Amino acid sequence: MKPQYETRHSPSLPPRFDVGSRVRVRKAYPPGHIRTPFYIRGKVGEVERYCGQFPNPEELAYARDGLPAQPLYRVRFHQRDLWPGYQGPATDVLEVEIYQHWLEEA
Amino acid sequence: MGGQEAGPVQRTEHEYAEWERRVDALVMLMRGHGLTVDESRKNIEALPPAAYDAMGYYERWIASLSQTLLQRGILTSDEIGRKMEQVRARAAKP
Repeated sequence: MKPQYETRHSPSLPPRFDVGSRVRVRKAYPPGHIRTPFYIRGKVGEVERYCGQFPNPEELAYARDGLPAQPLYRVRFHQRDLWPGYQGPATDVLEVEIYQHWLEEA
Repeated sequence: MGGQEAGPVQRTEHEYAEWERRVDALVMLMRGHGLTVDESRKNIEALPPAAYDAMGYYERWIASLSQTLLQRGILTSDEIGRKMEQVRARAAKP
């Protein structure tokens, strides 16, 4: 798996998910500075691309170094899976960049 | 926005006031000293919803920066409060 963006942060965690794999966003509501939107928690999507490893913003927000760097993925969701009674075409998707510690195998 | 209803995006340009430029400069200087965008966002998102809605873009930035400077122990509330009084008095002079 080849990162599409060059990132150099050490130490960093190895990526667990391949492009195309189905992932579920953890349905968790911890306190703090969380970049994972509420409306995708618990939802299933597909890894659209691997973005590279980045310091964890949940830690950076509190002036810590955010290491080890977390793998970041762009995950594609179907709009119909996200919004109750969604009226748009079934092909409508939404892509959200999510850090690995928020994802599990679906 | 964030899964909540929001009005249409207003695409307007405007000139920045001098204080807005200064707030931008302060934040950029702090970025050079280890302030991350995440720390700035954390303190913007910590604003009470009514305050968030009532404030302009750079008002949120200066509110966030003030919190950051307090949290990191760089300035005290007393120092910020006294400086605000000085600036207010200076601005009130004809």
